[in-house]
Amino acid sequence: MTDVSHTATGMPPAQRSWYRRNRLAVTPWLFLAPAILFFTVYVILPIFQSIWISFYEWDGLGEKVWVGTANYVELMDDDRFYTSLKNNVIWLVLYMLAVPAGLFIALFLNQTVTGIRLYKSLFFFPFVISQVVVGLVFAWFYDPSNGILALIYSIWDGKPPAILSDERYVTYGIIAAGLWPQIAYCMILFLTGLNNVSPDQIEAGRLDGAKGWRMLWHVVLPQLRPATFIAVVVTVIGALRSFDLVSIMTQGGPYGSSNVLAYYMFETALSEYGYRMGYGAAIAVILFLIMMVYISFFLWRMYVQEKRGG
Amino acid sequence: MTTFFKRASIAALIAAGSMTAASAAELVINFDGTDPAPKEAFQMVIDKFEEAHPDIDVKWNLFDHEGYKTSIRNFLTADAPDVAAWYAGNRMAPFVEAGLFEAIDDVWEDNGLNESMASTAGSLTIDGKKWGVPYTYYQWGIYYRADIFKENGIDVPTTWEEFLAACATLKEAGITPITIGTKYLWTAAGVFDYLNLRQNGYHFHNDLTSGKVSYTDSRTQATFDRWEELVRPGYFIENHAGMSWQEALAPMVQGKAAMYVMGNFAVAPLREAGLTDDQLGFMQFPSINPDIAMAEEAPTDTFHIPSNAKNKEDAKKFLAFLTSKEIQGEVNKILGQLPAHKDAEVADDKFIEAGFEMLANAKGVAQFYDRDAPAEMAKAGMEGFQEFMIKPDRRDAILKRLDKVQAKVYKDK
Repeated sequence: MTDVSHTATGMPPAQRSWYRRNRLAVTPWLFLAPAILFFTVYVILPIFQSIWISFYEWDGLGEKVWVGTANYVELMDDDRFYTSLKNNVIWLVLYMLAVPAGLFIALFLNQTVTGIRLYKSLFFFPFVISQVVVGLVFAWFYDPSNGILALIYSIWDGKPPAILSDERYVTYGIIAAGLWPQIAYCMILFLTGLNNVSPDQIEAGRLDGAKGWRMLWHVVLPQLRPATFIAVVVTVIGALRSFDLVSIMTQGGPYGSSNVLAYYMFETALSEYGYRMGYGAAIAVILFLIMMVYISFFLWRMYVQEKRGG
Repeated sequence: MTTFFKRASIAALIAAGSMTAASAAELVINFDGTDPAPKEAFQMVIDKFEEAHPDIDVKWNLFDHEGYKTSIRNFLTADAPDVAAWYAGNRMAPFVEAGLFEAIDDVWEDNGLNESMASTAGSLTIDGKKWGVPYTYYQWGIYYRADIFKENGIDVPTTWEEFLAACATLKEAGITPITIGTKYLWTAAGVFDYLNLRQNGYHFHNDLTSGKVSYTDSRTQATFDRWEELVRPGYFIENHAGMSWQEALAPMVQGKAAMYVMGNFAVAPLREAGLTDDQLGFMQFPSINPDIAMAEEAPTDTFHIPSNAKNKEDAKKFLAFLTSKEIQGEVNKILGQLPAHKDAEVADDKFIEAGFEMLANAKGVAQFYDRDAPAEMAKAGMEGFQEFMIKPDRRDAILKRLDKVQAKVYKDK
């Protein structure tokens, strides 16, 4: 290859260009360059911009006014913010159910029966459809006058709860809708993980008399650790950035009781009655800090694993 | 790669083509009415305008109503049309303050609009200048099922006592007195505005929305006292927080609910759903305090010229055309609303005639809570109204919270 190009350009081999001399050091950076560029422009810079804007009072049109930490001070005294934060915690805890639920569906589907592929894809289906559709479908389920829930209650002449307009149930109602696709996602992660479970170890375990739960806990689960780790991480992040379902099903209502940080940020910064960019940015920064805990944990673990592996 | 370049160059050609077209007296109008009636009305206006001005080529961009509220902020700065639809009152203040709307006092002067549109002039004036023209407005009030009223022997109530008695009779008969859908919050503000206008009057409404009176003030408390008289006995429909205003029409059509505090735009869907004019009636919101002059709620829709418009000259011609007596009459006939021009012909429709008569005698015309109050206050206020309608026990906490928001919002002004 090199010889061909040399003859083609007619360059004597003694005059090696700068690139050729430093090829090994430069090439990786060349390949990384597009990713680094886009990551910087679309991820890193906006993070710092958001932090910067959070110190201003700005309606998105007029002059920016420096207010220092006033937005954060206001946030500490904002009931809506605490409602959103509380809901985010509920999301985080309940969303975790997706991990074990996904695991058991995966274990259940991990068998060879005729048509199992079809069943698998049916179970995976909710993850494929858009969150907007999921939100709409569940909103119809919950409709207290014509929904499926109303139909079920009408069997024994009950009065269905108005899940989406009652502050006590609304967050749980939305989380239930969110769990449906999230379980499917975790399931697919575990299904691929199960493909890599070594049959020898299962066999060995069986010889030693392991069955059922003991087999699952001591033999299968340790081998599924990478899959479990990813499932937990995507579920945490999914719970923290829950936005679409809230937006579709309730818009944070009734009176803000189903708000979460991501939607509250959108509402204050970009919705019809919002356009307080600084305040919205301050919420975004808080959300970012919370996510940072998980992201650091994730990165740290990756680092430790790489080190051990290398 | 080659296809990419081909595509890119074709795109560039198209862009260049549209740019040359723009320089040939093209008038770009951005408008947010995708419903059948506004669409038809504006097609008519534009056809007639092009007929009258054959040298002007009108390009009309239709936006979805909700999406428009976000888009306008982008297109006013980035790619301004020559004419843009918007709303009067505090709703246009951010754009005026940011210098994105052009002052058009000359259009008002030259076309005698100060005379013919005197009733809405105030809501288009900021800092002594006019920033747009009105083209339509509509009354608010109570739409009711006349046949259900008759069956239960109820006469149209004109006082608060009669109104409460009517609600009680309906409730007794197993009919929800008032339907409402507060999912998108603003409908609750309509009820609040009317209770407040009747209890405390037009000036108080303005003082409250401009932050001069607090929400825990005894007069605001009195408004909430009246509201409690409706909420406590359950005169509003259940689960209203889960319904949009359109969904809340259904119980009224089915005869399960009898009244709806709404704007005149509710008439069209109610008729489409099969209610005849004999079944559907309109009444003025009943008087609460006889000493208070009856002011009404009538939001005004407007057109503006963005400061960054390319063809301001023709834009002014269009606004003059739109506000002329004849066009005002014709547009509003199709819209099923009231012309902003005082001499324009009013459509032959019982609801529009009733609205016209009511507003002609009104002692003050309010825009709407969320158009008169600044956005942040409006949002917090309307959430508070919704919460109050579901949990009236929290009234004190809600009003204190609104005071807190008020103190914050108006401090910056």
